[in-house]
Formats: sequence, structure tokens, C-alpha cells
Amino acid sequence: MTHLIVAFVLLNAIILVVAYITLLERKFAARMQSRIGPYYVGWPHGWLQPIADALKLMLKEDVVPTLSDRWVYNLAPLVFLLPCMLIFATIPFAPGLGLADLNIGVLFFLAVSALEIVGLFMGGWGSNNKYALLSAMRAVNQIISYDLPFIFAALVPVVLAGSMQMSAIVVAQQGLFGWFVFYPGIGQLAFLAYVIATIAAENRVPFDILEAESELVAGFRVEYSGMKFALIQLGEYAHLVGTSFLGALLFLGGWLGPGPTWLGPLWFLLKAVLVFLLVTWVRWSFVRIRVDQILAISWKLLLPATVILLLATGFVVAAGFGRGA
Amino acid sequence: MALAAFLLIAAVALVSALGLILKRNAVHGALFLVVNLGSIAALYLMLGAEFLAAAQVIIYAGAIMVLFVFAIMVLIPGKEETGPDPRRSYRLLAAPLGALLLFELAVALAARRGAPGAATAPAGSVEAIGRLLFTDFLFPFELTSVLLLAAMVGVLLLARRRA
Repeated sequence: MTHLIVAFVLLNAIILVVAYITLLERKFAARMQSRIGPYYVGWPHGWLQPIADALKLMLKEDVVPTLSDRWVYNLAPLVFLLPCMLIFATIPFAPGLGLADLNIGVLFFLAVSALEIVGLFMGGWGSNNKYALLSAMRAVNQIISYDLPFIFAALVPVVLAGSMQMSAIVVAQQGLFGWFVFYPGIGQLAFLAYVIATIAAENRVPFDILEAESELVAGFRVEYSGMKFALIQLGEYAHLVGTSFLGALLFLGGWLGPGPTWLGPLWFLLKAVLVFLLVTWVRWSFVRIRVDQILAISWKLLLPATVILLLATGFVVAAGFGRGA
Repeated sequence: MALAAFLLIAAVALVSALGLILKRNAVHGALFLVVNLGSIAALYLMLGAEFLAAAQVIIYAGAIMVLFVFAIMVLIPGKEETGPDPRRSYRLLAAPLGALLLFELAVALAARRGAPGAATAPAGSVEAIGRLLFTDFLFPFELTSVLLLAAMVGVLLLARRRA
């Protein structure tokens, strides 16, 4: 029973964080382009904008294309949203404050997060729309290419900490400059690879070929409207926020930080927002690159680099420089 | 409680497997296969094999399914999905082969039943599986990697010939 309550609270907290992180992104992007961003809905600085957007999407007409594959089309947003929410299940937000601190926590995260592609494909194929189908094919292409570097980069802290349990990984980063991002050499490279792979896995600029507006209109969700569109959007941002939390946990020491223990979750949130802003910064700074370039970056550069990095980490740990208990 | 959960998951697995072979639409079949692989992962989880469950999801439900779907989308042009089967004769082979597989499974199950206490399933933890893979099962493990290498070389050869 307590699990249900915790899950309910956590789910709503995630939705709230996701709603406001969209506002943060819009404000951030606006600042980068010398604009103000959302301003009028709610004083100060349009803080009610996400709520207004959600209400608007709920009231919109739900259009289903006549020639779509009904079941696949209608189920796709749910199938897409489910893994994006499930990834939060194993993240501990403070010592003991989490849904399930499994001893394969990181692996669970990676496994569930990989299921996102099923919903994405269902949306692209079920819509029976050329643009959506092309987008789904590009997505499949890209996910195959960037899943492996992402996993290898995320495994570097796991090997350093000698555990797949998320809380154990945080505990292994205690002490001054103990965070894995400060680990000489390996830490910085792994964090860089993690951020690049995250941008690609989340399909953001410069890797956003699957929703490239100028060619594919809006990619796999071009036919969706109203609440279904909102669910897909929610899933996409939840996935990004979840990946930011994982990055903050693996490389930036999770809830560790100065001050009393109850500040832990706030530190964690702050670090996750930092990772999110890093990704957003890249998004609003670069231009989209071509499909073949994206694939080349993954297979010719990122994948070999992360494999070598993981091997090097193994040697370092075998030499006795690990941080495991 | 555990029994109810098992029955539910088993039912999902069975229905999705039936959907996989009965659906004419290849993409629907692939989606049913995702459900099937996911429910098998849930069964692994119930047996305490956490690592196996996660690996099942990450490799089969994730990567392999993605490849299946990709192949279906690229290779199957619209009409052949629902048209008559071009290789009808192959179907005659299906029944005997299926029966053989069923027989094999039955024999394996019977042999297992006859040996009480033989169910020494290794602990499902990552450490235990890693240790087993690199000690007792090192040879099959290395053999698998050679198999994968052979597949890779084959793909390279095919790609070269076409270019």
C-alpha cells in the first residue's frame, strides 16, 4: 500500500517537474535568442504557461486519420509514455527516498528506457503517413546506433563503483572531488560521451533528424492531436528528465552536497536541471546534421571510443583504483 | 498471489504468441512479439533472475525487435503482406517440426521432474552470472562470440559484393 502511495506521489511530482522544465527550456531558449519567452500567463514571467498549455491540449479535438491502423495508432502514445515514466522507478532521490532501489538499478533503467522506441515506431507506422513512417525509420536507425554508446558510457561509473545499485553508486562518490565527473581522464570523457549519446537518444538538435520540421513536418507525431499529442510530448520530456537525473546520479554525485541531509533531493534536482540545461544549450546552439553524419559519428567515433573507455576503466579498477566498497 | 501473477503473465505470453503466428500483418506480428518477449522477461523476474530479465528486455525487446521492425519496413512492400503465401509447401514441414519441438520439450521437462532437488538455479545476480560465464561456461561463451564474428564477416562480404 505504501508503495502505491509513493508511486502516486512520485508520478505526479515527475509530471509537475516535466511541465515546468518545458517552461525552463522555453525561457532559456528565449534568452539565447534575445527574446523574453512566455510572459503573460501568470505573474511573474508567465509561470502559469505550462498549466494553460495542458488545459488547451485537453480541450482540443482528437483527430484520428481514417486510414490509420486504429489499434496501433491509439495505443502508441500510451506505449510510448509507459517506459518514459517507468525509468524513474529505480532512481533514489535521497537515501531511502525512492520507489525501488534494485541492485540492478542502472540496468533496469537502460532496459526500460530502450523500450521507448516501440511506442515511437507504433506512432510512426500506425499513422499511415509517409512523413511519420520516414521519421519512424530514421528513429529506428538512430536508436540502434546510439543505444550502445549510451550504455557503455553509463557503465563507466558502474564499473568504477563496482555496483549497479544506484544508491551504491552515489555512496561511492562521497568526499571532496569524489564525483565521477572529477575522476581524472576517464570521468570527463565518459561524461562527454554520456551527454552526446543523451542528445542523440532524446532526438534533440543536432540529432533531431526524425522530427526535422523542414523535411518531415513533425516526424512520427504529425498526425496526433489533443491529449494524445500531449502524452507523447510528456513522454519525450519525461525521458529527457529521467536521463538527466541518471546523468546527475552517475557523474555528479546524486544527492550529495553541502548542507543538511534534507537538502539532498534539492541538490539532486539542481544537478539534473544542470544536465538538462547542458543538453538544451547544445540544442539551441547548433544546426541539424545529416543522417549519414549522425550514423558515422556513432559507429566510427563514439562507439569505439566508449568501448576503449570502458576497457580502460576495467584496467584502472583492476589495478585497485576503483571506488567500490 | 505469486500463482495468480504467474497465470496472468503466462496468459499474456500465450495470447501474444498466438497473435504473433496468427496475424497476417507482419508489423502486428512484430508488436505481438514485443509483448511476448516482455512477458517472458516478467517470468524471469518472478524466478529471481533479475539480470536475465533486464538483458531480455534490453537485447530482445529492444535491439533485436528494432532490427526486425526495420527489416519488415524496408523489405516488405505493401501488397505481399496480405497476399497468398508464395511458399505454401513450407507449411507442410511446420507441423512435424512443431511436434518434434514439443516432444523435445516434454522429454526435457520429464527428465527434470524425475530428478528432485536438481533445480539448483544459480542466483540471478550480475556477479553470479558473470562468474559462471567466465568460469564454468567459458568455452560456450567464447564459441558464441566466434559465431557472432562469423556473422559479422558474412555481412561485410555481402555488403562488399553489392557495392
